[in-house]
Amino acid sequence: MTVKQYKEILAKPLLEENPITLQILGICSALAVTSNLSVTLVMCVALTSVVSFSNLFISIIRNYIPSSVRIIVQMTIIASLVIVVDELLKAYDYETSKKLSVFVGLIITNCIVMGRAEAFAMKEKPFVSFLDGLGNGLGYSIILIAVAVVRELFGAGTLMGYEILPLVSNGGWYPANNLLLLPPSSFILIGLMIWGIRAYKTDQIEPNEYKLSGHATAPDLSKRELNV
Amino acid sequence: MNDSVLKTLTVSFLVCLFCSLIVSYAAVSLRDMQNLNKLNDQRIKILKTAAIYNPDESIESQFTRLTPKFVDFSTGDLLDEYGEYDLDTYDPVYFSKQPEHSTPIPASKDIAIVKNQENIGKIYLLKDSYSNLEKIILPIRGYGLWGTLFGYIAIDKDLNTIKGLEFYAHKETPGLGAEVDNPKWKALWDGKSIYKNGEVEIEVIKGKVDPANQMASYQVDGLSGATLTSRGVTNMLVYWFGESGYKETLKNINYDS
Repeated sequence: MTVKQYKEILAKPLLEENPITLQILGICSALAVTSNLSVTLVMCVALTSVVSFSNLFISIIRNYIPSSVRIIVQMTIIASLVIVVDELLKAYDYETSKKLSVFVGLIITNCIVMGRAEAFAMKEKPFVSFLDGLGNGLGYSIILIAVAVVRELFGAGTLMGYEILPLVSNGGWYPANNLLLLPPSSFILIGLMIWGIRAYKTDQIEPNEYKLSGHATAPDLSKRELNV
Repeated sequence: MNDSVLKTLTVSFLVCLFCSLIVSYAAVSLRDMQNLNKLNDQRIKILKTAAIYNPDESIESQFTRLTPKFVDFSTGDLLDEYGEYDLDTYDPVYFSKQPEHSTPIPASKDIAIVKNQENIGKIYLLKDSYSNLEKIILPIRGYGLWGTLFGYIAIDKDLNTIKGLEFYAHKETPGLGAEVDNPKWKALWDGKSIYKNGEVEIEVIKGKVDPANQMASYQVDGLSGATLTSRGVTNMLVYWFGESGYKETLKNINYDS
């Protein structure tokens, strides 16, 4: 493979094939951990390292994994990596790990990690699999960081805990939008992002699964066949 | 070839073995650091309860301002020594689970569902620069909705006025019961009174406290949507400030000073 192809594998998931906005995966944690930018950054690092290394390790042993138990083998590797990341966080960044609580553990069930393992790492060589994991982790991170910046800035008037917009309740001028601090606001923000990206990259628009038929005159009931 | 039973079992076994080695290595090698973090977190809560926490200063040196004391729950005496145990590292919650160091609480008295109470507790005294007593920080615990809440409460030198309340561990619902961590709610406790004519009257009520009510200084706003957590907090205060808790100890401190 050429350097150009490597770059493509790394760059594609950032916007073109973004796991969140195109594949709509990993929404759960995108809702839960984005009310505060510094917590979000730790979550992004955690997920990116898990998805990169799980892709790497699964790809290394891909030719030895029996297909009947492949999902369990993938899960074992992913779960071990997640536990290691969780233990590291508890040791080196206790405050953030307390705020992230169960969401680090829930990386195990994050569809992006499983999805990349099953769709990419089971077929490709270790190095490209690692790049693919890194790219997807970064694609996830871009969206999460964008959501977190909007939520923290306009919800609490701060970024990384530093005051940017002085709140009315603290004697400033900015009335905080409390809706942004609640998880459903990320739904709205991610929805707006998907709209924006698909307006720019029209090939991402999915075809309709069904078509509304035009208004037709009522069927002639007298000609109806009775299935008795 | 890959799908023979033997191969499946071998691969599964090797993957599990390898992963478990990595996980256990990480868990064991990081345990000391994690325990230190937990201990510091608890110490920060104690300092916050005493309202002397300064994030820029080392926790160790701030903690030296507090004087720990053993408490004998059967007599209410403050002790400086208890067997071979070290006052700095003694953990009352751990000893409440050791049958030879604890007493099961009869169900009729166990309003806070503490189940086993340690025979010897540990409290902290905060003294000013003339070594006069300023505040007392008491550990409390009791059942909320999903599990036991563990916390500290600071009371003033008049032995009746609450100065601060912090929980360092609980399993309550985020957004409802977990609002026990909300700084606004915790601030409501400052200045409330505990005893009226020797009875524990402090209570988390339903709804908002009416300032015109003559019991207002014994009442704290309830957490909306968390009736059972609010009731749990009331029960644990009634228990720990009652006869089986710190009531005798506080009397003894009163006589001493």
